[in-house]
Amino acid sequence: MPKKKNLNKIIVIGSGPIVIGQAAEFDYAGSQACRSLKEEGLEVVLVNSNPATIMTDVNIADRVYIEPLTVDFLTAIIEKERPDGLLATLGGQAGLNLAVQLAESGALEKYNVELLGTSIEAIKKAEDRELFKETMERIGEPIPESTIVEDIHGAIDFANQIGYPLIVRPAYTLGGTGGGIVNNEEELIETTLRGLKYSMIGQVLIERSIAGWKEIEYEVMRDGNDTCITICSMENFDPVGVHTGDSIVVAPTQTLTDHEGQLLRSASLKIIRALEIEGGCNIQFALDPKSQNYYVIEVNPRVSRSSALASKATGYPIAKVSVKIAIGYTLDEIVNAVTKTTKACFEPAVDYIVVKFPRWPFDKFVYADTTLGTQMKATGEVMSLDRTFEGAILKAVRSLEIGVNRLHMDKMDSWDDDRIKKRLSRIDDERLFLIAEALRRNIVTTDEIADITKIDRWFIDKIKNITDMEVRLQKGELNAKTLREAKLLGLADKSIAELTGANINEVRDMRKQFKILPVYKMVDTCAAEFEAATPYYYSTYRGEVDEVEVSDKHKIIVLGSGPIRIGQGVEFDYCSVHSVWALREAGIEAIIINNNPETVSTDFDISDKLYFEPLTTEDVLNIVDKEKPDGVIVQFGGQTAINLAASLAEAGVKIFGTSVDNIDRAEDRERFDEMLTELNIPRPKGISVTNLDDAITGASNIGYPVMVRPSYVLGGRAMEIVYNEEELRDYMSRAVKVTPDHPVLVDRYMQGTEVEVDAISDGIDVVIPGIMEHVERAGVHSGDSIAVYPPQTLPSKVIYTITDYTKRLALALKVKGLLNIQYIVADGKVSVIEVNPRSSRTVPFLSKVTDIKMVNVATRVALGATLKSMGFYSGMVEPKPYVAVKAPVFSFAKMQDVDISLGPEMKSTGEVMGIDYHYARALYKAITGAGIVIPKNGCILFTVADKDKEEMKQLARAFSELGFKIVATEGTAKALQSIGIDAEIVGKVHQRSTDIIQMIKLGKIHMVINTQAPGKHVAKDGFRIRRATVELGVPCFTSLDTAWEVMRVLTFMRDRRLVYSLAIQDYVGGGDALA
Amino acid sequence: MKGKLILEDGTTFRGQLFGGSNATTEGEVVFNTGMTGYQEILTDPSYCRQIVTLTYPLIGNYGTSKQFNQSRKSFVGGLIVGEICEKPSSSSMQKTLSEFLTTEKIPCLYDVDTRALTRKIRSAGTMKGVIVSEYTSQSTINEMMSLPIRKNVVEMVTTPVSYTLDARSNSLYVVAMDFGIKRNILDALRRLNCKVTVVPAKTSAEEILSLKPDGIFLSNGPGDPKDVPDVIREVQKLIGQRPIFGICLGHQILALAMGANTYKLKFGHRGSNQPVKNLETGKVAITAQNHGYAIDEKSLQGLPIKITHVSLNDGTVEGFRHNSLPISSVQYHPEAAPGPNDSVHLFDEFIYHMRVANR
Repeated sequence: MPKKKNLNKIIVIGSGPIVIGQAAEFDYAGSQACRSLKEEGLEVVLVNSNPATIMTDVNIADRVYIEPLTVDFLTAIIEKERPDGLLATLGGQAGLNLAVQLAESGALEKYNVELLGTSIEAIKKAEDRELFKETMERIGEPIPESTIVEDIHGAIDFANQIGYPLIVRPAYTLGGTGGGIVNNEEELIETTLRGLKYSMIGQVLIERSIAGWKEIEYEVMRDGNDTCITICSMENFDPVGVHTGDSIVVAPTQTLTDHEGQLLRSASLKIIRALEIEGGCNIQFALDPKSQNYYVIEVNPRVSRSSALASKATGYPIAKVSVKIAIGYTLDEIVNAVTKTTKACFEPAVDYIVVKFPRWPFDKFVYADTTLGTQMKATGEVMSLDRTFEGAILKAVRSLEIGVNRLHMDKMDSWDDDRIKKRLSRIDDERLFLIAEALRRNIVTTDEIADITKIDRWFIDKIKNITDMEVRLQKGELNAKTLREAKLLGLADKSIAELTGANINEVRDMRKQFKILPVYKMVDTCAAEFEAATPYYYSTYRGEVDEVEVSDKHKIIVLGSGPIRIGQGVEFDYCSVHSVWALREAGIEAIIINNNPETVSTDFDISDKLYFEPLTTEDVLNIVDKEKPDGVIVQFGGQTAINLAASLAEAGVKIFGTSVDNIDRAEDRERFDEMLTELNIPRPKGISVTNLDDAITGASNIGYPVMVRPSYVLGGRAMEIVYNEEELRDYMSRAVKVTPDHPVLVDRYMQGTEVEVDAISDGIDVVIPGIMEHVERAGVHSGDSIAVYPPQTLPSKVIYTITDYTKRLALALKVKGLLNIQYIVADGKVSVIEVNPRSSRTVPFLSKVTDIKMVNVATRVALGATLKSMGFYSGMVEPKPYVAVKAPVFSFAKMQDVDISLGPEMKSTGEVMGIDYHYARALYKAITGAGIVIPKNGCILFTVADKDKEEMKQLARAFSELGFKIVATEGTAKALQSIGIDAEIVGKVHQRSTDIIQMIKLGKIHMVINTQAPGKHVAKDGFRIRRATVELGVPCFTSLDTAWEVMRVLTFMRDRRLVYSLAIQDYVGGGDALA
Repeated sequence: MKGKLILEDGTTFRGQLFGGSNATTEGEVVFNTGMTGYQEILTDPSYCRQIVTLTYPLIGNYGTSKQFNQSRKSFVGGLIVGEICEKPSSSSMQKTLSEFLTTEKIPCLYDVDTRALTRKIRSAGTMKGVIVSEYTSQSTINEMMSLPIRKNVVEMVTTPVSYTLDARSNSLYVVAMDFGIKRNILDALRRLNCKVTVVPAKTSAEEILSLKPDGIFLSNGPGDPKDVPDVIREVQKLIGQRPIFGICLGHQILALAMGANTYKLKFGHRGSNQPVKNLETGKVAITAQNHGYAIDEKSLQGLPIKITHVSLNDGTVEGFRHNSLPISSVQYHPEAAPGPNDSVHLFDEFIYHMRVANR
């Protein structure tokens, strides 16, 4: 069957901002989808609110709308574009939900848009609890028995029917509290009663507990002709009970017999057929390790995080093939993109093992609950490939960038045996390291660990192989034999050096002397059965033959940015990809090294060669030794890549772009200060200290409040504002490990407007594509602030100064490529906060709104081209006639113990953009895109710190004049009453009758404006109020600046239409300007 | 102990010899891309005397268990793998793979770059190889290398005497010609209530027909189908007598008996991920395969045969049926073990043929 003839124009929905559970994998899937559709000659309209993506580039789709993903906006776009088909299965759950809403609203029918791929009925069959249960029962596939009860008798009856253990989950609680696993009637009664009390609707879900069973996943595809195939099987290292996104996962399954594997594979095919999915889907099973009984846990009727992983793990492009199926092709008509000779209708065979490891944000959220359960907490992940599990898991751990190079955490050295043993049953982010520590000390057997953790003993024994080798290295002498064995097992040179007391360079030299070198193997979907030309490689020490054909062309390595984490998101992948494209355009062979399976950069047809490897000095140098590139580009891979610059340069590798010395001048506190003094550019007063006493003396000289942070950071890790000595002492003991090598910076905290600039310099000229002004005053991390392009309030004198400083800084640092500078403007005076001699988080946003291919230009500059030769002139580029607003997006709903109050520590996981000719509407779009539903009327709760009370008065008046009812806590209410605002007093949290939390729960409060008293010792009340707003989806603003802007939006939007959309191509092309 | 595989063309792959210096062997070197099912592969008689390379590098993870044996013993010539799992884990495990290799006396070379070896075979074609210790003399190697590939493999694997297996209710009666039959084929037939008598490969058509079966099954097995001309002659006599269903070698023998020709593939199809298109429905099934020979499509011209299945990878014939008689066969393994169960319905078709013939 050929492609559907009626299709000419297709609308594709993206997944919106990056949040926990929905990360860069949908940029990968979505951009693959768009390219795949264009390949077929179809016109593609793309809608996504996330500007940091490749898919929202104008070369990916014919029409790109960076607009909120809501029914209103989508309907408007559909009305305007009149597409023939809608593709929503590549936009994650967000895309799928939107498609269902569009269908239900009648918009698809009205404009005659065909939903491509899986039908609405099929989506519902997979997602609706009851329909899913019915379908599974009909085809005889078991799902865990469950019931909903409203009293204790129902619970006991159910338990009598199916036995224990059971999981009790109260329905609708704040933060999912009150549930748990019960093993007998006594526990059942206790937990159910508690759950009924906590549940806001008095209901408790009781389900058979399969915690401890093996969790197995299959990626399955089906075409319109009912041909079904499985792409990849995956086995979770952690048993059922830990969300698969938070679990270490291996592919293919390792501990299943062929019989067990086929049992689940057959079930997968049966299920995808019953659900009538057309495209890709993910099916999760729980398999009893003792009996071969299994349950179907979940089905995702769409491309998912797991399918991105499966695609990278096997080389099979699931998203691309799903798209071809959606437009009418059958699997046997689609060519296998890897072999080019065989068809997409086959099941990949791999000849290596893949490990996926989650990356958690606990380094940022130091107070968060680190235990893992059914709620996903990871922001990103890494993947590794090797010919052994040991090698793959060690590579994965090295890729995480959490300060470990093997299965060892320094802090556990001081834990006694008892603590280690007791902690084994705790399921958290450090469990793997704890298991290794227990094995290293030989205090428990692998059987005991398997018994306690329910992790299959196969994995534990493999970990033991590693720790046994470590012990041998520690005890014995380092010779060729032990070195070889250690490398065969995958230990890093750094680990070997650490364990033997040798120097890392000695280990490396010895390795080279004895020719202990990795070989590189290809990922080809077919275990070498057919010839393939995929330039996708991984290293292994377990092999004789290297498959890489090294060309004699000019070539450059681009270092990627590793896992998605807070502070380093998909933006840097965007930059890496654009740098690769720029190199290829210039006729240079572009090689990328990265380890993040979710990304576009690790799609094998982006670069000339992809090495899926950890981003460490050793791993990169091994590739450099092999490829002998002209050099390496480090400025696009975020701090990950920048951090490697010095050691690579030291090893003799040429770094294209800004020199290592100049990178250091920007990052080293003292050198940076020296330079600023020379240039006569002011910065907030500050010092760098290496011990507590100096910190205390320094802070009192500068004057409180001060901003404190460790040097060399990304995303404001452990950055805080402290208001007195006591807090400073607390900070120094808790948040950082201060050493002479890692000083702590103490800066004067200035309240003012933050301004951010991205510029490109070739050493002669400095081009400033745009300046962004932050809505929130300094003190809120730049990544968490709303940024506005072009600035709306800055006087031209300030802009002139910023332009001048930027030029001088770029030239002083001899920048060759991109740099990012953050300024603070207080009382009309401009000071520099920091300079990053690399691409930044805002580069994709700015590139899109200014229509300047910043990364492309910067890459060419790094290679030696001049800005003049590309037609650029020094100075600021004329601002565009429209306004673009970048708003942060948070994942607070997933992190229960995290305070949502904004500060110098970055907390957002993603971003959205709003663009319009009117500032207020651009802001409205950004806020709406960020998922905040601003009420047009209703009741606003004010509860602000004393320091903010004066400022708050006018704000409250303005809201009041807009017709909002104002309620406030006692102190705030009195302040308001004093200026004649009739604010009703609400009780504090413990005062029962009019308890704020109760009011929020009951829907009586529609928006909350809450600011925190200075210092970290905040009242629990504020925290509880803020958390309640998250759980109940009530907008809560913790900065008065944000609240002011919201007020302005509301005022502006009163008599204008809310929905207006225009493609990026039209904005930058200066088209339709009617608003 | 250090060992190596030397291929006919002189290429050498190094590894470790399992079981010491006497574990040397020679045979045709083939590769299988299945990621699980090593025990089923090792006990599949179709691999008789072949040296099997497993492309998946971690082998033995779940140990071995009697229930997965596909025949009374292993007939493979040798095994080449990346890593043998020394500490397997599975509730069904009875022996580790190492113990199994020892009991079954299977020579094994491990720690081998199996991917490099596979690439070699893929590009140069299947060839003979010897597994020897690092210290084996060149003359011994030469001697081993000069031994011809055995032609009597079917004879080695077929049952010496016939035997009968009952089903839960014996509603149909099948005689299976054993060229190296896999246990799961017998299980599949018995699950469908067929009583099965398994007869040695050399059994004459008369003897078979004298058992009055409802249908005749031609099994899988090792080697070149042209090496068993006597069998082909007997099968010829069976055509038109009873419904016939063939698998793998049985399929090739059936084709030869009907006047078609077979040829040797460059490196064969061995794995659990082989796509086969059903030309009658347009659907594709993923199949388990293990064959080094195939039916020559051109030789079918003019014969009363319709091609029903083709390989999606290389277009070779994977199944056919007789235009008028209840005779069909497939090149692949609908019984799975190892591999997918997608095609198990083919046995139902055989049952249907038998029922129709009995009416």
